[in-house]
Amino acid sequence: MDVLLWSRLQFAMTAAYHWLFVPLTLGLALAIAVMETLYVVKKDDYWKKTTQFWMKLFAINFAVGIATGIILEFEFGTNWSNYSWFVGDIFGAPLAIEGILAFFMEATFFAVMFFGWEKVSKRFHLISTWLTGIGASISAYWILVANSWMQHPVGTTFNPDTVRSEMASVDAFWEVITNPVAVSKFIHSVTSGWVTGGVFVVGVSCYYLMRKRNVEFARKSAFVGAAVAMAGTMAVMLSGDISGVHAAEYQPMKLAAAEGLEDGGRRAPFSIIPGVEIPGMLSILATHDIDGYVPGINDIINGYTDNEGNVIPSVEEKMEKGRTALAALEEYRTLKDTDPDAASIARSVLEENVQYMGYGYLESPEDVIPPVDMVYWSFRVMVGGGMFIALVLLLVLWFGYKNRIGEIKWLHYLAFLSVPLVYLTGQAGWIVAEVGRQPWTIQGLLPVNVATSSVSAAAVQTTFFLFLTIFALFLIIEIRIMINAIKKGPEVE
Amino acid sequence: MSYIFLQNYWWCLISLLGGLLVFLMFVQGANLHLVNPRLTAIEKSMVVNSTGRKWELAFTTLVTFGGAFFASFPLFYSTSFGGAYWVWILLLITFVFQAVSYEFLNKKDNLLGTKGFQIALVANGFLAPFVVGVAVGTFFTGSDFVVNKMAILDSTAPVISTWGSAWRGLEALASPHAVLLGLTLVCLTAILGALYIINNVQDDALEEKMRKAIRIFSVPFLVFFLSWAGILLVREGYAVNEDGMVFMEAYKYLHNLLAMPAVLVMLLIGVVGVLLGLWAGAFTRSRYGIWTAGIGTVLVVMAVFFTAGFNGTAYYPSSTDLQSSLTIANSSSSEFTLLVMSCVSLLIPFVLAYIIYAWRAMDKTKITQEEIENTVHKY
Repeated sequence: MDVLLWSRLQFAMTAAYHWLFVPLTLGLALAIAVMETLYVVKKDDYWKKTTQFWMKLFAINFAVGIATGIILEFEFGTNWSNYSWFVGDIFGAPLAIEGILAFFMEATFFAVMFFGWEKVSKRFHLISTWLTGIGASISAYWILVANSWMQHPVGTTFNPDTVRSEMASVDAFWEVITNPVAVSKFIHSVTSGWVTGGVFVVGVSCYYLMRKRNVEFARKSAFVGAAVAMAGTMAVMLSGDISGVHAAEYQPMKLAAAEGLEDGGRRAPFSIIPGVEIPGMLSILATHDIDGYVPGINDIINGYTDNEGNVIPSVEEKMEKGRTALAALEEYRTLKDTDPDAASIARSVLEENVQYMGYGYLESPEDVIPPVDMVYWSFRVMVGGGMFIALVLLLVLWFGYKNRIGEIKWLHYLAFLSVPLVYLTGQAGWIVAEVGRQPWTIQGLLPVNVATSSVSAAAVQTTFFLFLTIFALFLIIEIRIMINAIKKGPEVE
Repeated sequence: MSYIFLQNYWWCLISLLGGLLVFLMFVQGANLHLVNPRLTAIEKSMVVNSTGRKWELAFTTLVTFGGAFFASFPLFYSTSFGGAYWVWILLLITFVFQAVSYEFLNKKDNLLGTKGFQIALVANGFLAPFVVGVAVGTFFTGSDFVVNKMAILDSTAPVISTWGSAWRGLEALASPHAVLLGLTLVCLTAILGALYIINNVQDDALEEKMRKAIRIFSVPFLVFFLSWAGILLVREGYAVNEDGMVFMEAYKYLHNLLAMPAVLVMLLIGVVGVLLGLWAGAFTRSRYGIWTAGIGTVLVVMAVFFTAGFNGTAYYPSSTDLQSSLTIANSSSSEFTLLVMSCVSLLIPFVLAYIIYAWRAMDKTKITQEEIENTVHKY
């Protein structure tokens, strides 16, 4: 395998591993903040001990999340060096702002939250707990601004003098941070974290109910957990719908792959599984109009006319324009010091074709098709898993409300089963988002094969297995420690 | 605000973050003392719990330092990280282990045992300052890379920054000057760590051991630092003329200090601060040496960065191809990116303010044996 594949595998592994810990951080942060608020408002020590128990689990998870986050930041440079230069001007800013605005908030107030019970006032402690969670969410916003820019690169201008994409005005920065894809992705990701955190609390609580121990604690925790997760689920569904519309608009190939839609059209069907379809449903989901046109894989390859009447060129035509842009860039850089007039003409040609520059690196039109099966099935796991979890949560809330949650054994098992399922669902979601946009590092601008570093395949292979070993080790330790802490249980009944 | 002003402003911020990072690496330095065989188990636990409440600040500063460098000088990020692969991976792995070590250290079923994670903390205590020191050392010795932006037109080999040495950054270990800075940082952070423990932990026996450690580390620290600084002042440096052409200049860094008296004064005040802190820790009963040494460290590091980058100097020079060297002007982000980030940077005082507030609130009562023996909120 070549360096590109190893680099992709390494980054995918790190990102997937990181996402095992982040959603629980986001969700548990909210759950413990709610619980501690109950303690402060009700002045009831019961909620203090409950908060402290969940906080212990939060801390175990938090450390590995932080440890893996820094690996991603470093890998942008170590494994995607060309990418770092090509887009550092835009992509770097959200990362730096994330550090200044969010990471310090998380780091500072986590220490107060975890160690400050006997050192600071009740009110300051509560504020610290909320700020830890808010810091985590702010952090998520900025990194998702960066990620969304890769999916839908707004506010960018290619500068042939520096050979990179740049932010050309302060307005462009505003475009980057209010990118509609970023807003929906933020809501989708953070609230999916609430679902994960909530389901985790419900699942662990149901473990106690199965064992008939700490029953009161488990009943109350399950209710708070289910409420947090249900709020998350509703927001996930709403933002998921918006994400679908965005995919149709900005990344139609991703949507076509997620649906396995070879030939599109109006009244496009939604595939439940191969062979089972709901007529017209995809058009409704993607365009909010049953007669909306949704292009399939072949349409995108061969060119089509979109819903606004714009003629979208075929990939072959885009490749031609891309090659023209690359040739014009070469000409401009060769002539700019010796023949300004000719350079100026070359620059005009470049500007006319620059939006397709990334296509100039492709070898064949089929290169723009992502791994369809993987995206298609991941999408089904995400949606199916999400619906199953929503049903379980509704049942937990219902029986919790009826004060019968302790008696319904089958529900305990379902809730417990939902814990691995919520992780699987989250991973599947990211596979849809990231594998679905292949081969682009930056949609339409920079394919993955131009984004790498000039390291050897052997070096990346070595670090891949090194990280794999470290990740496996940490995961085993993390799960063992978590299980021990859960088995030991809270100090309240 | 002109583009040049913004570029220089961001070099100042990078320098400040670098200074704060080295100061906050007192966490690493304190953990290095875990190898001291005279420390009892409870004393080691006090050290770990003391640094355990601050490690995330050092870690976050590293992440922000990296993020800010990426955002403001992306060509450095792509050239150095993509080139000196093994150096950055090594640094990364020590920090990754450190990040989980506190939480895993004393937990049952942690597979590697308490000893294993203590070793991880000690390894990070040595390697983190050493690697950072050697990496910054190459700002003056140069590295083996070429930057060719036309390469992006070649779809078979499109990477614009390529590294010459197959050692991928580890070749810096063969440069005595760079290694001297690495060793200087190891000793400095060990001293800062001991000063921090003296300040943060209320325990007479541990305090005495830390004061002794400061005396022990002072000698190599001064030898390494003075040797490094001496060589710096007499060595050739990488100068840049007004057209952006890079050339070698004798006594370049000495010239820089003389041409920028403010930086020279900053450096001298910083050195005096470090020495005063060191003296307070080694030979007095004062608990506040960490603050004079800490502020001194920030000033010295900033002065070193200023010497590396200002006054027409290539801060990340290529020893292979002089014209590939990175300067503040040729490696920075665009004007608008720097402007936007400069606006955000105005929040830094606010961030510092809440860090100081939380720090003071948490450290009002010092860590004691009694607390560590009785509290459940500990590592």
